[in-house]
Amino acid sequence: MIRSELIQKIADENPHLYQRDVEKIVNTIFDRITQAMADGKRVELRGFGAFSVKKRDQRTGRNPRTGESVEVEEKHVPFFKTGKLLRDRLNGK
Amino acid sequence: MADKTLTRMDLAEAVHEEVGLSRNDSAELVEAVLSHISDALVAGEQVKISSFGTFSVREKAARIGRNPKTGEEVPIHPRRVLTFRSSHLMKDRVAAGNRS
Repeated sequence: MIRSELIQKIADENPHLYQRDVEKIVNTIFDRITQAMADGKRVELRGFGAFSVKKRDQRTGRNPRTGESVEVEEKHVPFFKTGKLLRDRLNGK
Repeated sequence: MADKTLTRMDLAEAVHEEVGLSRNDSAELVEAVLSHISDALVAGEQVKISSFGTFSVREKAARIGRNPKTGEEVPIHPRRVLTFRSSHLMKDRVAAGNRS
């Protein structure tokens, strides 16, 4: 399923909404999740999962082609942990 | 920054503000989005949200685990796990936003 298919499903279930509003709704949800993480916040969606930000320490990396050492700066990366309910559903519980 | 965690309620509030639907309808739409994603994943489908990320289901084989406390061997059954791979756009926004 891709974004446009998700939008279509929601639109089909909500014939009273304009297509452009459904697009805005779906886009708002994903954008706010990303924005929260960019602000260093967590997004906890019980039963579905939680988005959080993990810190990766500075390290000495290596250019795999030349073998040259490079300093990789500390950085923050997005992380998702599946919620219990969804994990159980995936396994038919 | 008073509140460090967003919930469904915050997403519903955002939908309410952006689209002007009632808080109730907004909450239902947030729920519908999460349900459709979950249903697709449970059906074994991959869910690919451009400029956000990709949720995919992976099959894990059975293996012998060990209770770290007692050392006892326990069988771990084959299972399905969900992985999320964030898009480059999300990675870039999260990295830029948290840069000190």
